[in-house]
Amino acid sequence: MFGYEFMREAFIASTFIAITAGIVGVFVVSRNMSFLSHTLSEIGFAGASFGVLIGISPLAGMILFTMVSSVAVGSLSAESSRREASISTISSLFIGLGILFLSLSSQSSSYATNILFGSIVGISAKEVQQLMILAIVVIVIILVFYKSLAFDSFDHIGARAAGLKTRFLSVAFLITLALSVSIGSQIVGSMLVFVLLTLPGATARYLVHSVPKLIMVSVGLSLAGVWLGLYLAFVTNWPVTFFISSFEVIVYFMGLSYKNWKLNH
Amino acid sequence: MIEAKNLEKRFGKQLVFKDVNFKINDGEFISLVGHNGSGKTTLVKILMGLEKKSGGDILIDKKQTIGYVPQFRNIDLDYPLDIEQFVRLNLKWKLSPEKRRKDNELVNEILEKTHLTELKNRPLGLASGGEKQKAYLAQSLLNDPKVLILDESTASLDVEVKMQLMDLVQELNKRFKLTVIFITHDYELSKKYTKRALFFENKTIKPISINDVSEDMFELGGR
Ligand SMILES: Nc1ncnc2c1ncn2[C@@H]1O[C@H](COP(=O)(O)OP(=O)(O)O)[C@@H](O)[C@H]1O
Ligand SMILES: [Mg+2]
Repeated sequence: MFGYEFMREAFIASTFIAITAGIVGVFVVSRNMSFLSHTLSEIGFAGASFGVLIGISPLAGMILFTMVSSVAVGSLSAESSRREASISTISSLFIGLGILFLSLSSQSSSYATNILFGSIVGISAKEVQQLMILAIVVIVIILVFYKSLAFDSFDHIGARAAGLKTRFLSVAFLITLALSVSIGSQIVGSMLVFVLLTLPGATARYLVHSVPKLIMVSVGLSLAGVWLGLYLAFVTNWPVTFFISSFEVIVYFMGLSYKNWKLNH
Repeated sequence: MIEAKNLEKRFGKQLVFKDVNFKINDGEFISLVGHNGSGKTTLVKILMGLEKKSGGDILIDKKQTIGYVPQFRNIDLDYPLDIEQFVRLNLKWKLSPEKRRKDNELVNEILEKTHLTELKNRPLGLASGGEKQKAYLAQSLLNDPKVLILDESTASLDVEVKMQLMDLVQELNKRFKLTVIFITHDYELSKKYTKRALFFENKTIKPISINDVSEDMFELGGR
């Protein structure tokens, strides 16, 4: 399958996306932001179609929208439950906006399905390069703040008690989340980017008990899903997203059963 | 030494306390008692700089690091980290292998001190209430505090487990001259382990001898 240029590009792009999503996902889950990452992907869809409409790239539009909304969220109240509730109401608005932008622009509807559901074909070498750079930016931000981010994510109250600047960390993390959503959407689509951003991270919690191990397992599961998905999509010509999400869901339930089994033994 | 001078705190228009004057000596083991909502947590947060005072002063030697075991923590059954990893969250990122080795030694020492060595690989979510409190305590001891603040750490623990935890804290207090500020609604524990109390009443705080405390001061209370 690597005989095809577009498969090589897709493979490289999805590898970087899987690594980023796997790392970021561990923090998404432990910060209870699964829901927010879902909403961000809808906002990302609106951003992408806005990008198409005004003639900048969909990726740029997506980054613009998700960044602005994450920073806005970060400076909202610290009350996470209330924050998520108010955000969920906004998300339906953004889906509507996304559809409006698309219909206003002259692009065909296949473009919309690409943004929404992802696509492995049609990623150019230049786009792959952009994705790689963004993925590296995300990973570097996480590395720089790794210790404090881990403390804040796995024990927010303790981190505050120890005097960490948790508000700042929260905004820094939301920026990496916005970037991850934007790049993840390029392969799995904005509807399902949260699969990669939540399921591998959630599954890892059933298997291992330290932050570095959580990250390794999460990245591993994310990579396995993306690679397998690409291969099966190539062979069957079915959508890659279908395979990725099925794989991650199955592994999630296997992890859950493993944990329950261990509890009873 | 910690010293409050005419300290005052308001949340907007609501007065929490004013005209607060007291001293806490180094190495002292002191209780903070008073009804719910009387401002105990707020006082220690001001002391740590997590909350702003509205007037007066509270002085503490800058070099005196504070270990704080907060009142509430959200650790559910699915919480993934084991006890050792939870404690280690409070370590800074170190590059040099020498410093990392020192950190490992420190962690082992503290796990030993808090009787957690055997339990260190247990997921914190599955630990008992007493084990959780010990883990919280261990984590706060990592940056070598001179002052330890326990915010209702013994609430919801069995009598026996409470005593174990308090014996442990008393040992730290005696051996390392650690100042301990113990927020509690437990009359017996306060009598047994501390010699003095700060009593939160009528929107102010008064230092009193432990001989002068009475059981009704420890009621949860409503206002
Ligand atoms: N961040 C806050 N904003 C507004 N009011 C607060 C805040 N924190 C505490 N309070 C109020 O201050 C009072 C003292 O609270 P607290 O220090 O938690 O009491 P205690 O620890 O003694 O039970 C209560 O009336 C509480 O509602
Ligand atoms: Mg309190």
